[in-house]
Amino acid sequence: MKRILLGAGLGMAAALALSAPAQAAKTLVYCSEGSPENFNPMLNTTGTSFDVALPVYNNLVQFEHGGTKVVPGLAESWTISDDGLVYTFKLRAGAKWHSVGDFKPTRDANADDVIFSFERQWKPDHPFHKISGGAYDYFNDMAMPKLLKSIEKVDDLTVKFTLNAVEAPFLANLAMPFAPIMSAEYAAMLLKKGTPEKLDQVPVGTGPFQFVAYQKDAVIRYKAFEQYWGGKQPLDNLVFAITPDAAVRLAKLKAGECQVMPYPNPADIDSMKKDSSIVVQEQEGLNVGYVSFNVTKKPFDDVRVRRAVSMAMDKKAMVAAVYQAAGVPAKNPIPPTMWSYNDSIEDYPYDVERAKKLLADAGYPNGFETDLWAMPVQRPYNPNAKRIAEMMQADLAKVGVKAKIVQYEWGEYRKRMQQGEHQMGMLGWTGDNGDPDNFLYTLLGCEAARPGGNNLSKWCNKEFDDLVVQAKRTNDIAARTKLYEQAQVIFKEEAPWYTIAHSVVYMGLAKNVVGYKMDPFGIHRFEGVDLK
Amino acid sequence: MLRFILTRVSLVIPTFLGITFLTFILIRLVPGDPIEVRVGERGIAPERLAAFRHELGLDQPLWQQFLDYVGHVLSGDFGLSLVTHNSVLSEFLTLFPATLELALCAMLFATLIGLPAGILAAVKRGSLFDHGVMGASLTGYSMPIFWWGLLLILFFSVALGWTPVSGRLDLVYYVEPATGFMLIDTLMAGDYDAFRSALSHLILPTIVLGTVPLAVVARMTRSAMLEVLGEDYIRTARAKGLADGRVIGMHALRNALIPVVTVIGLQVGTLLGGAILTETIFSWPGVGKWLIESINRRDYPALQGGVLLIATSVILVNLLVDVLYGVLNPRIRHAR
Repeated sequence: MKRILLGAGLGMAAALALSAPAQAAKTLVYCSEGSPENFNPMLNTTGTSFDVALPVYNNLVQFEHGGTKVVPGLAESWTISDDGLVYTFKLRAGAKWHSVGDFKPTRDANADDVIFSFERQWKPDHPFHKISGGAYDYFNDMAMPKLLKSIEKVDDLTVKFTLNAVEAPFLANLAMPFAPIMSAEYAAMLLKKGTPEKLDQVPVGTGPFQFVAYQKDAVIRYKAFEQYWGGKQPLDNLVFAITPDAAVRLAKLKAGECQVMPYPNPADIDSMKKDSSIVVQEQEGLNVGYVSFNVTKKPFDDVRVRRAVSMAMDKKAMVAAVYQAAGVPAKNPIPPTMWSYNDSIEDYPYDVERAKKLLADAGYPNGFETDLWAMPVQRPYNPNAKRIAEMMQADLAKVGVKAKIVQYEWGEYRKRMQQGEHQMGMLGWTGDNGDPDNFLYTLLGCEAARPGGNNLSKWCNKEFDDLVVQAKRTNDIAARTKLYEQAQVIFKEEAPWYTIAHSVVYMGLAKNVVGYKMDPFGIHRFEGVDLK
Repeated sequence: MLRFILTRVSLVIPTFLGITFLTFILIRLVPGDPIEVRVGERGIAPERLAAFRHELGLDQPLWQQFLDYVGHVLSGDFGLSLVTHNSVLSEFLTLFPATLELALCAMLFATLIGLPAGILAAVKRGSLFDHGVMGASLTGYSMPIFWWGLLLILFFSVALGWTPVSGRLDLVYYVEPATGFMLIDTLMAGDYDAFRSALSHLILPTIVLGTVPLAVVARMTRSAMLEVLGEDYIRTARAKGLADGRVIGMHALRNALIPVVTVIGLQVGTLLGGAILTETIFSWPGVGKWLIESINRRDYPALQGGVLLIATSVILVNLLVDVLYGVLNPRIRHAR
């Protein structure tokens, strides 16, 4: 209630801004798919919640609009020491904070704000650490507590990060949604008033749009921040109209009640493409769905069996039947939108005869019995694991392999697969920081092959591991690209996974929207967007 | 009368306990706890998982958790949502007016059309009108809400452009939520254009949510009227030369209304249930949509508190109906 009242107060000002010159002001309405958990991306793990904070905040560095390349954000430049351990960021001078509610900033963004934003997540004794539940999942997932040695203020506009180990993806981590820079001054004011949780509900940032009001489960309003360091946005107002049903989102787009809609029903995509009033954008998602072969268990300890099984299953048919328009067959463990994707690799063909022969060579002329795990839930990289499992089961029967489909409750399923209880099982991954390390090292490196680790195949290949570890320890992108390309070759030869598909994500836009770019991370950004 | 009310109220206590217990157990029977649902495939380090579970009290034995919960609820504390970290009660109170406004409009719609239709159908029993009403109400009763809602949106909002697709108010208006009832708030703000906009946003969801109760009210009124019209005192009334309208309006309808009032009261539960679907289709920011999200996120306190508070309102309405019933029908209040 408090939040709503406060929002209402802020809204009064907005109401004047919105209703009086409504015709003149450019307002873009985005039909978002759900309600945010809060307005602090440090605490969240869902794209829906990241989306609502993105207009407001800046990170030190950010991903270029529509790509995975890291570009300057609140830091206009940075240097990395020769040993790769010290990152020194030079902050932008004159980056203004938003004035929201009764907060009137007295200074521009500086090093104190950067330190505040990281220490909140890092230091358990920080006054804000426990506020709003204190779950900094991404900060922990990206191993930041282990990685960070110190963060120091050199002067007002210079911050120095010292790491415990060389970590090439560190910069990309800082561009992830979990690392926004928040105002230490605003936080101090809230703490003094006894309402620290407001920091996570009424956001104050340095970003292109400033928060105006949130009516729970209904509407989020922003307006362009006049003093934004990157210049005022072409749009005057940005509105999120929360619309959970995909069919209704499409209806709203058609009726002109919103101009941008995410996640259409795959079944509607054809008709949307035919509709002249709608522009459809599409892009491969930053994810992969795969089958893991547990190489510590028979018969998958034999690479010939892994290859045979890979050739026995008809990938094209599976993707066409289950993903329909919303997926493309995958041959590599990283998605095609990611740098270092090795397009020269050839996938195993669907070839029943060769599969049979390989199986005979491996000593299984009559096939074998195996389990085949399928997720009980729909995931972005796999809309229906059970259905895919059934198709695989039918294909495998043709080469004499009897697969038994196994399902557990979702949390249990993941835990058991991480323990390596399966022989063959499906899972997938959605990229965090756009760095190949986040797939190749995180999911296939030796460190993750321990029981409970994310290397579900428990596949520890020295040659592969050396490459991805070496790539982690150098900051030279060209050199890293070569290493990753080579790692993908080994991956394919050794076949610890059967890569199924990358999802394809669609967006519906009204004809008059210009400058909207889909984001490979699956988040939705409105910087630079305009209405004709 | 007081005694009658007290007896009714005392019956409410076991109902409350039962509902609290059922929601508590049911949500915990659903696999996956709030933390695991949040972390997805990346998983969480066992020590962090244990720390969070401890903080939320999820490492306590179930009976202990239940007793703690009941203790808190009795002192009016419904806890904090695990997702938004706001008070469950304040979230509920923010959203409930939207649901209530929609439910009241739907009820009004159902009664205003269902009652006269049922009366006319009974009076003209066997006529084409009677068959029409009965056929339509059977159709209405069997209508799947989701399909019906989308159909109306596609026809009236997209094809004809007469009504807005979804939401409560056109986005160009901003009205400060005073009561939470959009119709009242816009009137209080003196913004008549906003009022018209709020009204137009209510039309389709009202029809969709009111369809089933409308069917029920029409059928119930018809059969109650038919029963009453066959009574001796109606024949007497007619025999002494009373006008038709007076016989039906005064003598028959008043008696026929008794079961109809009960049914309308019972429909409140159906309405709140139906509101969950209707709110999802029309992006209506009420408690139904909120509850669905709480289930998906395993937000135990929000779900438990929400169900309990809705149950309370249903029980209160039923209590009110019981009392009203007693007022309408002296036989009930004197029966022991």
